[in-house]
Amino acid sequence: MTDNYNLIVYCEYDEGKVADVSLELLTKGRKLATELGVKLEAIVIGDKLEGIENQLFPYGVDLVYKVEDARLYPYTSLPHSSIVINLFREIKPQICLMGATTIGRDLGPRVSSCLHSGLTADCTSLEIGDHTDPKTGKHYDNLLYQIRPAFGGNIVATIVNPDCRPQMATVREGVMKKEIFDANYKGEVVNLDAKKYVDEESFVVKIIDRHIEKSKVNIKNSSIIVAGGYGMGSKEGFDMLFELADTLGAEVGASRAAIDAGYCEDHDRQIGQTGVTVRPKLYIACGISGQIQHIAGMQESAIVISINNDPNAPINSIADYVINGDVEQVIPRLIKYYKKNSK
Amino acid sequence: MSYNIVVLAKQVPDTRNVGKDAMKADGTINRAALPAIFNPEDLNALEQALQLKDKNPGSTITLLTMGLPKAAEVIRESLYRGADTGIVLTDRALAGADTLATSYAIATAIKHLGKYDIIFGGRQAIDGDTAQVGPQVAEKLGLPQVTYAESVKVEDGKAIVTRRLESGVETVECPLPLVVTVNGSADACRPRNARLIQKYKYAVTPSEKAALPAEKAALVDKREFLNLKEWSAAEIEADLEQCGLAGSPTKVKNVVNVVFAAKESKVIDGNDEAGLEALIQDLMAEHTIG
Repeated sequence: MTDNYNLIVYCEYDEGKVADVSLELLTKGRKLATELGVKLEAIVIGDKLEGIENQLFPYGVDLVYKVEDARLYPYTSLPHSSIVINLFREIKPQICLMGATTIGRDLGPRVSSCLHSGLTADCTSLEIGDHTDPKTGKHYDNLLYQIRPAFGGNIVATIVNPDCRPQMATVREGVMKKEIFDANYKGEVVNLDAKKYVDEESFVVKIIDRHIEKSKVNIKNSSIIVAGGYGMGSKEGFDMLFELADTLGAEVGASRAAIDAGYCEDHDRQIGQTGVTVRPKLYIACGISGQIQHIAGMQESAIVISINNDPNAPINSIADYVINGDVEQVIPRLIKYYKKNSK
Repeated sequence: MSYNIVVLAKQVPDTRNVGKDAMKADGTINRAALPAIFNPEDLNALEQALQLKDKNPGSTITLLTMGLPKAAEVIRESLYRGADTGIVLTDRALAGADTLATSYAIATAIKHLGKYDIIFGGRQAIDGDTAQVGPQVAEKLGLPQVTYAESVKVEDGKAIVTRRLESGVETVECPLPLVVTVNGSADACRPRNARLIQKYKYAVTPSEKAALPAEKAALVDKREFLNLKEWSAAEIEADLEQCGLAGSPTKVKNVVNVVFAAKESKVIDGNDEAGLEALIQDLMAEHTIG
């Protein structure tokens, strides 16, 4: 049907730097485009985009669409969706990927609604494969398998969009790996005239104030993570985790249950399908039972230690070391022996 | 100034507390084992609507929920907190809808309702976590959207909305009407009000009324405010091609139960101090820590 059409990634940027999540999607997009035998395209919408393509080409981008206008930065929903919708009507991409960020999750649904193309949020894996409709028996080659957890992470569903294009998916930061394809790769740039793609009425929402604070928590890049769950019992319980983390030079993470219970108020620390995906050298899970949605966000950790008073906690099955006991007794002992041995 | 406020809410299985009996032996979900609750962020949305109504007496709050007939429970919970009335959009033709077909049905119901100045919904529902229906409803109604809202004020026909983003806070101004999706970090919803529980405990949809004893049903008949609406796809003149499974561009190819590869783990007793020290020494020796 539309097998010759390309794969496009909506790229976010801030302060002149393309977002990690966009580069991660380009890395994945390059592999998928090669498998499909199509081009990898990128679209960047904003202001002061000079040279931004040079950050994209090394990821194997064949074509960069740039739409520049002072009013297009910072992001607002209507102008960006208008541009994406109008461009997609022209170029008819077969696949569109966006970051599952506050921008991608605002823009994606609007675009998919207007184009009547399916959108799958927060995919954890993307693959190309065939599909036969179980009712009609109609066969489709080379569809995008959009694989995502559902139902609180207890199941993983493979979603396909057999008939509508583009096949759209969002992916959270950190889920895909960012990898340079070829440092010398050179694609083309197409500058689009913003006025042809967005009308005045789209600028109806005005940003009147913006306080951007760079997150102080850098859990994604920490090589040691001490994470607490519902079993920590209280905010005071989390203080103990911070002490262990300070001792080890680690960051503190939390399960969704601990965040929901208010034991940890910093949502940036949430690990799991609806939080951050991490791959540290060492993951110390304290009082975490190990709901699937949590394990999905940390299962690639090199070494996992689980401290839990329930010997049957599901997380123990994926742990390298299981410490059976109460966190409030075990953690001070770990701190003590670390201090003793590091002298 | 009084406003016609619509709140979109969903009754969801409580996926946050999935116990051992929630999965059947064959790996499918035992929905009966999961309690049905008011989607948490929709309660945050309701609170924003209630605050707007508090500041603008004469405003009305209409709850709109799509789901099974029993989703009327969500409407009663809202009435107990200060909402005025509600509609359950329920029809077999709407079953199996993905977010696009869902937003079509909801947008069509809102058009059928006719009057709306501001539409609130939670950021996302905990059974799917997609955050798509709010923006898709906005697009289908041709309205602007403001997502990730933490607080909303309305003055001079404009909404001033503070949004919680990954990197900080942004305040935007948008003329009415609009769709606002509210974050879990916004004000928690006020508790039920005892007087309103008394007033609305017999608020029922037509199908629920049919199941009531005659004297209770007669009481409902006498009081207009106890009559909740139940709309079908035909009632809102929805195009069935765009509803339910038929109207969903995304199809579920397959679903698998999640199983993680188990590792062989070394077990240490928490009271075995020598064992804990040996673990620390091992981790230091291999430069994992230290």
